[in-house]
This record gives sequence, C-alpha cells and structure tokens, in this order.
Amino acid sequence: MSAQAPATAPAMFAETEFTRRKLRAQRRAARVLGLMAVAILIPLVTLLAYLVVKAAPALSWSFLTDVPRAGMREGGLWPALIGTVYLVVFSLMAAAPIGVMAGIYLNEFARENWFTRAVNLAVVNLAGVPSIVHALFGVGAFVLFANLGRSVLAASLTLAIMTLPVIIAATKEALAAVPRAFREACWNLGASRWQTIRTIVLPNSISGILTGVILEVCRAAGECAPIMYTGAIFYKSIKEGSLFPYSPTEQCMALSYHLHTISTQVPGVPDSMLYGTAVVLVGFVLVFNSAAISLRVYLRTRKKW
Amino acid sequence: MAAGNKIDIAGLTASYGGKTALDGITLAIPRNEIFGIIGPANSGKTTLLKCINRTIEMTPGARVRGGIAIDGEDIFRRRNVHDLRRRIGMVFPLPVGLPITVFDNVAYAPRLAGIRVKAELAEIVERCLRQAALWDEVKDRLHTLGTRLSGGQQQRLTIARALSHDPEILCLDEFSIAIDPVTTMRIEDVLLELRNHMTIVLVTNLVQQARRLAGRTAFFNKGAVVQVDATDVIFSDDPGNRLTHDYVHGIFG
Repeated sequence: MSAQAPATAPAMFAETEFTRRKLRAQRRAARVLGLMAVAILIPLVTLLAYLVVKAAPALSWSFLTDVPRAGMREGGLWPALIGTVYLVVFSLMAAAPIGVMAGIYLNEFARENWFTRAVNLAVVNLAGVPSIVHALFGVGAFVLFANLGRSVLAASLTLAIMTLPVIIAATKEALAAVPRAFREACWNLGASRWQTIRTIVLPNSISGILTGVILEVCRAAGECAPIMYTGAIFYKSIKEGSLFPYSPTEQCMALSYHLHTISTQVPGVPDSMLYGTAVVLVGFVLVFNSAAISLRVYLRTRKKW
Repeated sequence: MAAGNKIDIAGLTASYGGKTALDGITLAIPRNEIFGIIGPANSGKTTLLKCINRTIEMTPGARVRGGIAIDGEDIFRRRNVHDLRRRIGMVFPLPVGLPITVFDNVAYAPRLAGIRVKAELAEIVERCLRQAALWDEVKDRLHTLGTRLSGGQQQRLTIARALSHDPEILCLDEFSIAIDPVTTMRIEDVLLELRNHMTIVLVTNLVQQARRLAGRTAFFNKGAVVQVDATDVIFSDDPGNRLTHDYVHGIFG
C-alpha cells in the first residue's frame, strides 16, 4: 500500500496481535536455543579450569621434557608424550590413505548393489564397536596372528582400525557435499570419473576430508583401551627430550595409558602430577583440534562456490 | 535411413527406476541443421539429450534400450564413451560454472584433449566466449571463479564450455532461460552461423525460439514423438495433428 492510499484501506502492514505473538514465540525460541549453545561451553570451561588449577604446581617446561623419576612420583612425562605422537603418526599413516581412498570409492565409483551396501553397513557397525573390543581384535590380529608382538606397530594398527570407519564416513560426507551438477558438467565435457574427481571434486572437498581425519586422530590420541593390550608399556627408560626413542617393533609409553597407570597402579604420586598429565593429554588433543580448525578456515577461504 | 542424417534414433526407450521417460522413439536428426524439440514438461526431451551423450548411464537406476547411431555408428556399442562425449557439446538448463577460473572453465575440455600451449588455449577461450556473447563482460576478469558470475553469465559460460572442444553436435537444453532477450538474440545469430558446420539439437520451451531457428521440429509428449516435420508445418495453422496444433498455439501445455 502506498502512502497515497485512502485512509479507509486496510492497514496491511500494521502490527496485529497475531504478528506480535509470532514475534514473541521467535524470541523465546532463539533464547532457549542460544542457552543450549552456551550450555555446552560450561562443562568444557569448568573442566579445563579445574584441571589447570589442580595441576598448577606440577606444570612446567621440564614436566613436558623430563623423564619420570622416583618410580613415576617425580620428573616428567616425555616418554609418554612422544609415545603418543608415535602411535598417532603410525595409525594416521595406516588409516588416512586407506580410509580416504575407500571413501572416494564408495562415494564416487561404487554402484548401488549388495556389495556396497554390505561395505557401508560394515563401516557403520565398525564405528559403533566399543574400543575395548577393538583392543581384543588387535591382540588377535596384530599381536598374535601377524606376529607383531606387543609393539608400537600393533597398537597403531589397532588404533587405525578403530579410526578407519569415521575417516571413511567423513570422506564420503565431504565428497557428497560437492554438488552433483559440477560432476555432470565435467562428464558432459568428456572427463572420466577420475579426471572429474581430481580436477573438481577433490580440490573442493579436501578441507572436509582433512578435518575429519585430524579429528579422528585426536580421538585416537586419547584412547587408552585399544593400546593397553597391544603396545602400551608401564615404563620405559629413555633419554630425556629424545625424539626417536622407540623402534616400531617395541612397546612404548603413551599419555592415556600413563595417566591410567599412575592414577591406579602407583601409590604416592602427587595429585598435581596426575592432573598435570591430564592437562597435557587434553592440551595435545586441543592443539590438534585447533590445527584442524585453522586448516579448515584456511581451505574454506579458497572454497570456490 | 537417409545418409544425410547425423543422428539416427531407433526405438529408443529410457526409464528411471521403472518409470518410463522415453517410450520407443524413432527420430532422424539431419546433418548441419538446427533441429528443434518442443514439448511440455516431463515429455522426455532432456532424457533424449542425456542418451545422446550417454551421461544417462551415470544416473543410478536408469535403463536404456534401443539404438542411437551417430554417423551410422551405434554409440551404445562404443567402448570409449569419453571420446563420444568430446564430439558433443551439451548445455543443460541449470547454469553451472565450475569452481575454477573462467579461463579454466573454457579451457577444461581442450586441456582434456591434450592441448597444453597457453597461446592456443587463450585463442580457444576467446573464440568460445565471443560465440557465447560473454567475452565483453568477462575479458577483464578471466581469473575470477566461474561460480562468482551471475546466473545468466554462468549459463553463457556453460555454452562457451560446450563449444570449447569444437563439437560436431551441439545440444542445447533451454539455453536461454536465464539470459536476457537481447543477448539471447546474439547467441541465436551465432547458432545460425554455427549450423553450417555443426548439427544443433535445440530443446526449448519457448516455442517461438524453435520457430525462429529450427529447420525441422519435433513435438514430444509423454515420452513419445507426436510429430516431426518442417518447422513451417509444425507452426502452421494446420500441422495435421490436433495435439501439436493445440500445443504450439498455447491451448494446452
């Protein structure tokens, strides 16, 4: 209605009781939803603050780089930290290529038939298997059958099996987010499926794929059960600050297992060391997470549509 | 079938998951001419184009029976479907700028064909963009992303891409829905020029566009060819078929 409309015309855009009610409902909904979003911050912040406060007396640079002394009651946790890095790197090397390639196959090449349905079902089910069951599988398959013994390799492969399904799922999801129209445009130009994937699909899904991989690695770093029986060791004497203390065929210390043992098996460990270990473990995961987030932000700025 | 035909379609049936889209059509598309296809929605026009370059095989659940011969060669017997697609330029109604630069969009197919020389690529890109009436608008920003262009520009980019591998057959499916009338006219002029060395299949909902451009026109309805005839006959007051008459005169459809 224009301003020149006769005064008797219905006031179409005037506020009515009905629109006021709708607006009130929207404000209420926004408030509740926002509250929920804030609520997930509360446990994280509380947890971190609690851990850091309790751990404060133990935290220092030498806590990171020193080896455990006096039967774990003094010193640092370097062997466990570097052990976790070992496990993560080896499991990443096994799980990332297999998972990403399997995801590409399942999303881009596989036809809908009983075989792909079976594989997809296996992926979903594998993702739901508890980690202690993965540990049992690792003992059977890698420690005993493949004769790797309890070693970095056996533990890493067990972690790899555990992370594989989520990496596959993340890869498939990232690829599926690339519009089908792009693929069809390439096919119309005579590009094969693989040329299309290489030139168009992968460059636009790589950020999602990498994010999925890194987040899974974080989870692997924190897991204790799968490595307990396949490669983690209570104590190993290595030189402090040494970067290559373990061979892949021997056992290693790991942060999660270290935390488990010093809090349950060793009497007389000062509380601050327990909390300190937890802080390092959480910090390790957070550092990886923020790496994933910055990578995603970087790649998203180059996103093409 | 006459030797002059570029495409011979015989008893072509296509279905998606049991739902029939094309029901045993037989059609001859003459060489170096603009062949118009008109018909209401859901009459199988787009499916026919997807059969011609065999991208229909990429659709899950799609089944095709019957034959299409290009230059007398049965395309469904070919092993190398990519070579077939490189002989056909395809423009679908949804404008798709690939998420690479404008230059790379047009140079995509030539690069697939093995052309690496920068000057040669630049020449192809300019020629195709000019033919698609897009050159003047994008010549200063060939390195922006294809996806950043407006809808109508992306549609002309799609046309430029379809021309970039110098196809023998150009299939246009509603190429002008997002393009303003003046630019559409410019592209139509280019098409009239191109038909001298290219067979053009023009699917359109704008029946007047078919009337302006096509030498022969086919009227599709519900997956079947109702009538094929010289465009003048189809658009005359008495095309000899009640359904055709009603459609082109806007009585149904």
